[in-house]
Amino acid sequence: MTATIAEPDQELQKPDDVRVGRRANLTANLAQLVRKPVFLLAVLYVLFVVVSAFRPRLFTSRGPYDTHPEAAAQAPSVHHLFGTDIYGRDLWTRVLYGSPLTIKATLIALAIALVAGLGLGIVSGFFGGLVDGLLMRAVDVLLAIPGLLLALSIVTALGYGTVPVAVAVGVGIVPGFARTTRAEVLRVKTLPYVEAARAGGASWTRVLLRHILPNSWGPVAVLAVLDAGVAIIAIASLSFLGFGAAPPAAEWGTLIADGRNYLVTAWWLSLLPGLFVALLVLGLNHISKTLQELTR
Amino acid sequence: MARYLGGRIVQAAAVLWAAFTLTFAILYLLPSDPMELQLAAAGVQEDSLTPGQLAAMKHRFGLDQSIWQQYWHHLAGVLHGDFGTSLSQQVPVSDLIGQRIGQTLLLSGTAAVVSLLAGSALAYLATFARWNPLRVFLTRLPALGASFPQFLVALFLIQFFSFQLGWFPALGTQGIKSLVMPVVTISVLTSSVLAQVLIKSFDDTLRQPYIVTARAKGLSRTAVHVKHAFRNAALPAMTILGVIVGLTVTSSIVTETVFTREGVGKLAQESVLSQDVPVVLAVVTIAAAIFVLVNLVVDLLYPLLDPRISHTRARPVPEVVTT
Amino acid sequence: MTLVDIKGLDVGYLRHRRVHPAVTGLDLTVAPAEVVALVGESGSGKTTAANALIGLLPANGRITAGSAVVDGVQTAGASERTLRRLRGSVVGLIPQDPMVGLNPTQRVGAQIAEAVRLRGIAGPAVRTEVFEHLDQAGVPDPELRARQYPHELSGGLRQRTLIAIALAGKPKLIIADEPTSALDVTVQKRILDHLGGLVREQGISLLIITHDLAVAADRADRVVVMRHGRKVEEDTPDAILGAPREPYTRQLITAAPRLAHAGRVVPRFDVRDQPVPDPILRLTDVSKTFPAGDLLRGRRGFNALDKVSFTVPRGRTHALVGESGCGKTITLRIALGLETATSGSIVLDGDEISGLSWNRMRPLRRKAQLVHQDPFATLDPKFTVGQSITEPLVSFRIGDRRSRQARARELLDQVALPASFLDRLPGELSGGQRQRVAIARALALRPDLIMLDEPVSALDVLVQEQILHLLADLQAALGLSYLLVSHDLAVVAEISHTVSVMSHGRVVEDGPVAEVFTNPRSHYTRELIDAIPGRRVVDAA
Repeated sequence: MTATIAEPDQELQKPDDVRVGRRANLTANLAQLVRKPVFLLAVLYVLFVVVSAFRPRLFTSRGPYDTHPEAAAQAPSVHHLFGTDIYGRDLWTRVLYGSPLTIKATLIALAIALVAGLGLGIVSGFFGGLVDGLLMRAVDVLLAIPGLLLALSIVTALGYGTVPVAVAVGVGIVPGFARTTRAEVLRVKTLPYVEAARAGGASWTRVLLRHILPNSWGPVAVLAVLDAGVAIIAIASLSFLGFGAAPPAAEWGTLIADGRNYLVTAWWLSLLPGLFVALLVLGLNHISKTLQELTR
Repeated sequence: MARYLGGRIVQAAAVLWAAFTLTFAILYLLPSDPMELQLAAAGVQEDSLTPGQLAAMKHRFGLDQSIWQQYWHHLAGVLHGDFGTSLSQQVPVSDLIGQRIGQTLLLSGTAAVVSLLAGSALAYLATFARWNPLRVFLTRLPALGASFPQFLVALFLIQFFSFQLGWFPALGTQGIKSLVMPVVTISVLTSSVLAQVLIKSFDDTLRQPYIVTARAKGLSRTAVHVKHAFRNAALPAMTILGVIVGLTVTSSIVTETVFTREGVGKLAQESVLSQDVPVVLAVVTIAAAIFVLVNLVVDLLYPLLDPRISHTRARPVPEVVTT
Repeated sequence: MTLVDIKGLDVGYLRHRRVHPAVTGLDLTVAPAEVVALVGESGSGKTTAANALIGLLPANGRITAGSAVVDGVQTAGASERTLRRLRGSVVGLIPQDPMVGLNPTQRVGAQIAEAVRLRGIAGPAVRTEVFEHLDQAGVPDPELRARQYPHELSGGLRQRTLIAIALAGKPKLIIADEPTSALDVTVQKRILDHLGGLVREQGISLLIITHDLAVAADRADRVVVMRHGRKVEEDTPDAILGAPREPYTRQLITAAPRLAHAGRVVPRFDVRDQPVPDPILRLTDVSKTFPAGDLLRGRRGFNALDKVSFTVPRGRTHALVGESGCGKTITLRIALGLETATSGSIVLDGDEISGLSWNRMRPLRRKAQLVHQDPFATLDPKFTVGQSITEPLVSFRIGDRRSRQARARELLDQVALPASFLDRLPGELSGGQRQRVAIARALALRPDLIMLDEPVSALDVLVQEQILHLLADLQAALGLSYLLVSHDLAVVAEISHTVSVMSHGRVVEDGPVAEVFTNPRSHYTRELIDAIPGRRVVDAA
């Protein structure tokens, strides 16, 4: 049965050869991303670092503990990309073998933050009322303790090493996730299409899983990438201060701290690993910003 | 009004108390063997003691009491300004902190002021500069500043300005010159954070319809910016003042360590290294107190600047992502 | 000499490095002391043309060709300084939305004073002028209001403040951008009357930008119709209404109810002498009070509804009409079970639903469905059209995938959308198309009653027509009953049989639409009817 209308809606008539629908939307987004050279560079670099965390051997043939006293403290060259340290160990290799520790710590920290933060945020936003009030007060208390100090307290209590540092940093990131998730859940919860679904008989479970979560993840994903960078800086800072893994295992922060005493004579010992880390964080920030512009 | 004031103060005190309790729980409940931890901090090997000596040590550190008694003891102490005794140095913690807090306040205070100025200037130029490429560059700059770990910035500065150019000393607390690089180190991060929030805020404000109304009156661009845009854009930035101050305080830990300045930050690093629990607890409590206090002041001042917010509603808080 | 002379104006917006044209080849003049109306739907370029006139286009707007001369000064491509000299003092602007057009952190008086000072006035004379302009704009108690902040004023007062700001510059021309959209209909009428009187008194030209042809016809000396950036027709209101040349103009006239019927509001259905069918929905003495300290309402014990009663007969449309805050939306939501009444009874198809828990009510949901006001937020942006339409079926576990697909196709057909739309996302549809999808979704469970909450208020005039016709056809074909909520009496006249007029939570008058519209008994109803634009009666040609 057709209704009598003067003429069909002329607005937004797509020509028949333009594809529409979900898949077309996705490919259009990807195409847009591929066209940004800086974004691609950032992704490549991040991928490289992550891969090196699991397979450092792909990028270097030397071992991180191989000392060569005769080749001590050499400046960067074709043979030694990052130079050598005072024991003659190839710095590039040491940096690559430091990746697993930091990357794994970052992943653990992010996992803690995501699970706890998302959980808190969803429960808070969904149930509202007293539950929301209590949980957000708890988040406020966590926020009152400045991040690094909270991490330091946890490290004091649990001892040094990769895992305590990861836990410490993870807990510090939880408030941001909780708040962002909660804000998104609250926003979507009050939108008309959620109400329409409820009026159509949908249970709250269905609404949560099919409507609220899929429409909330955007800002959370952006935050996750950004927080990966924050976590890396925090973990590196903690190991720089001396709370990371014990020698000879070397996280990036420890490497940089070790090289600190040789700044005058062998500046590459600290500054090149430092640049390595900074580029990684910069890359993650850029990816996060691009994602944010895309999901707007 | 007095009721609102009282309410806010009570709330702030409650948050501070909760933060203290949480830190206490972390430090005294989290470790598998709190006593061994604290004895080690005091430089004592547990197995090298006779049972009698052990009992005496326990009593000295108050560890023979139940956790509730210890908690109450510490809390009562804090309310009187007594933070207990340092395990590694056998002196009252308040003395330790008292000796060093001046340096840290000087460093953090200067850095906070510098960041406010630098961050605002950067945000202003990034929004209003005439030359487009400059604007684009300045808008991207804060992201760069926030990507470098502070210890790295410090090392770069030392390498360049101390060793290569010899302008500033690489360590110590002598004179104004020794203050410059530490302040810059801290400010790079904090002014980047502030600039990011301000830039976004300016952007949002300039899109508002009332800006068009103002222009339609015939006001010059500058007049529109100054009379209408600035104040409304600065409001969200005010609300992160607490975060900025908190950042300058925690940044002092890394900065004082790298520049070898005898402040509370370095004290914190040393006490974590030696697992000196009472000192850590004291430092965290004081830092939290500063954060809570700054937030309280902002909470009380904000309604004066934004007439839409009455004393009964909460002020909006923009998201800031940092450690 | 004309005040404004636009010739061959082309304006576009820069997006993705291409200029998308918004205005093409526009010729327009405004004489001193003349009232001209620019009429068009969204995307017609009317606002763009007016903004371009004084160089207030957004950052990506460009004038690509043509000339615009204002008071002897060329503004197309002029420098900022030249334009600044014209703004405020020669051309004043009353912006579109009074709720956001004022600086929220500055007192209202200060914002008017700013405009006064730009004329060179200083000292105590400024204050005097501010009060004078507020008074002129019809703001009672100007000394008090001048000290207040915008959020302390109602929408109508904010609009008057914006008028005062425009007047304070003592301009020769005032551009009023959509002066009727954001406010209640009776407030709109008063303000437009006032503005009209002021400009005639002071000899100021007025350029009204509006989507409402009836408003234009009522108040302008000359009407210019625009579509897709071009001028379609231009003439005096009498000529345009009496003998429209273009088919588009004719469509616009048909869509405006008063204009279509020569200045009278003629309801479509007259059921005065017909027997009343059984009610599908009956509300009896429904009241709703918000408790003291309710954060949302911010007041102490707010009486939202006070003993509201009405029935919706089967197969008929009952409308709830009133201005904002009258309680019509709350009533709808209570009837649907989305909110609970404090007291009173709601009987849906014989079942009492007041006080029922959500789970107990769920089976009854199949009888009553909802169509929302905002077509842009009523569909989940991640769901395809097919998924949105069949979601109620999925929630109630009706049928399997194949039968749901078939049903989706059937529903799309019923709302006159092609089956190829099943895989589209809401972002790829226009407002009217989305609303059709929302209607299809409401039909999925084969309900008896559909609640329509301002179903067309966010749509363009011609699209509104289409959707209302669709709704009427669906009612005839499927025997649906409708409960319609609207602030727009014209919409009510179009598809309702009976109506309840509400004000401040009470039903002020009710009855068949034909009766209420031709012989209104209450003063408030009369005000509402008077406020419908288009009273200018056209003499038969």
